[in-house]
Amino acid sequence: MKTFDSIRAELDSGKTSCEKITQEYLGVIEQGKRLNAFLAVFPEQSLEQARTVDKKRSAGTAGPLAGMVVSIKDVICVKDARVTCGSKILEHFVSPYDATVVSRLKQADAVIIGKTNMDEFAMGSSTENSAYGRVKLPQDESRVPGGSSGGSAVAVRAGMSTTALGSDTGGSIRQPASFTGVVGLKPTYGRVSRYGLVAFASSFDAIGPLALSTKDAARVLGVIAGHDEHDSTSAEVPVPNYLGALTKDVKGLRVGIPKEYFGSGLEAEVRDAVEKKIDVLRKHGAIIQEVSLPHSEYTIATYYILATAEASSNLARYDGARYGYRAKGANDLMEMYVQSRSQGFGAEVKRRIMLGTYVLSSGYYDAYYRKGQKVRRLIQDDFISAFKNVDCLITPTSPSTSFKAGEKVDDPLQMYLSDIFTTSANLAGIPGISIPCGNDRQGLPIGLQILGKHFDEATIFRVADFLETT
Amino acid sequence: MSVTLKDVEHMAKLARLEFSEEEKQKFTHQLNDILAYVEQLNKLDTSKVEPLSHVIELSNVFRDDAVKPGLATEEALKNAPAKSDKFFKVPKVIGDK
Repeated sequence: MKTFDSIRAELDSGKTSCEKITQEYLGVIEQGKRLNAFLAVFPEQSLEQARTVDKKRSAGTAGPLAGMVVSIKDVICVKDARVTCGSKILEHFVSPYDATVVSRLKQADAVIIGKTNMDEFAMGSSTENSAYGRVKLPQDESRVPGGSSGGSAVAVRAGMSTTALGSDTGGSIRQPASFTGVVGLKPTYGRVSRYGLVAFASSFDAIGPLALSTKDAARVLGVIAGHDEHDSTSAEVPVPNYLGALTKDVKGLRVGIPKEYFGSGLEAEVRDAVEKKIDVLRKHGAIIQEVSLPHSEYTIATYYILATAEASSNLARYDGARYGYRAKGANDLMEMYVQSRSQGFGAEVKRRIMLGTYVLSSGYYDAYYRKGQKVRRLIQDDFISAFKNVDCLITPTSPSTSFKAGEKVDDPLQMYLSDIFTTSANLAGIPGISIPCGNDRQGLPIGLQILGKHFDEATIFRVADFLETT
Repeated sequence: MSVTLKDVEHMAKLARLEFSEEEKQKFTHQLNDILAYVEQLNKLDTSKVEPLSHVIELSNVFRDDAVKPGLATEEALKNAPAKSDKFFKVPKVIGDK
């Protein structure tokens, strides 16, 4: 497994080429097939792309990501490739265009190697809800890699690509990053264009990188971030030089520790590991202070009302009429809708559509949906007040390390609770990063989460990089 | 508030989904579990709180009304489950009666 820095060093010394590097990754993907991390691999196209980058390197015209090989979660469109979202309903759907993040990566001369497996429509926390089979944790194949970006996390962990893109609606980048032991960033809402990201919950969805190092995640964000005319919710906020933010210095930095994130339900080993890292920051001059986010206990409830409501509306487009799966033998339009959807969607997606339909339905809208929107404001206000006194917050990413496959599939609520520390960032729209924080006694990775102010990815990168390299 | 089997059938109808009897039972049970959990929001007095529908401040986004290249008809029809000429084809909409 190599970070981009070591790849660049090898390229610059003439020891290797982009083509060779890509070939090596293709070999690892082939050897690791049983992990089921990929839904599609592009051997010809990626090698072709790599050869083009090699030519540009010789000519001195290569982009900033020349030598980086990226895998893409299968909820993000790559032109002329299938985008299944881990669902049977989009099994044969071929994207007619590139997502903005993909075209920006290509422009920067990154090589796109394939599409990664995921929970269907990004709904899940274990990557067991894929219509194409579950993804296995490389460290212990009887366990889950987290989700929903489990395929992207495993691709990075197992050395199948240098970095990967995932999507995070309630923790879907950070929780799998934590379970597999890699770095995963959910940027600020609006920081990265969602054009070409298949919608799950539009006011929560964010695309972000998974990588072996904070530096690599920062590099990828620098390329994909910024306003895009194709996404009117992408913000017109300047993108700083993220690499310049990695100062290796935390002196005077004010770090908040939200007490609600260290209560009952947190595994002792996870708590100890995170507290050790907090001590490291203290020792190096950071000012550590306890803070309170009083509405923390309401995050999961609020999230599941609002995200399912948005999902039920977004997923109404899968009706079998214009694209996607159409059931055979329907006699009229209504039968076509009902049968296509019922046969095409999996159980968790249907459960969330049903819940979302319920909270939006006449008579319940005020009690659930509107109530949820109000509590969402209280949760965001908690963060805004906390950030008046601190520069970032540190929490565990997940209350536990990876769990066994099958352990939570029949208990949706238990599955939802594994996102208890991550959904708040999506509710508030703030950025969050998960970085590796040692292993538990079973050798399973622990994740530490750093949350930042709106559009201040630079500070959380700085802290993450400091902890990683100190 | 608790969800009945009848509610589940009504939701299914609204969502254009159908379920077996066994699935309906299971959903009724699971939705009740989730809604019981969600009930905790009622502990909060939110009468003076404005609903939050968007997390970052945005005003209207305007663009010039200029013609730009878009998806050609042929491209747009590529993923169609059934098509006829330049159109998506679906089962008959208007009944015989």
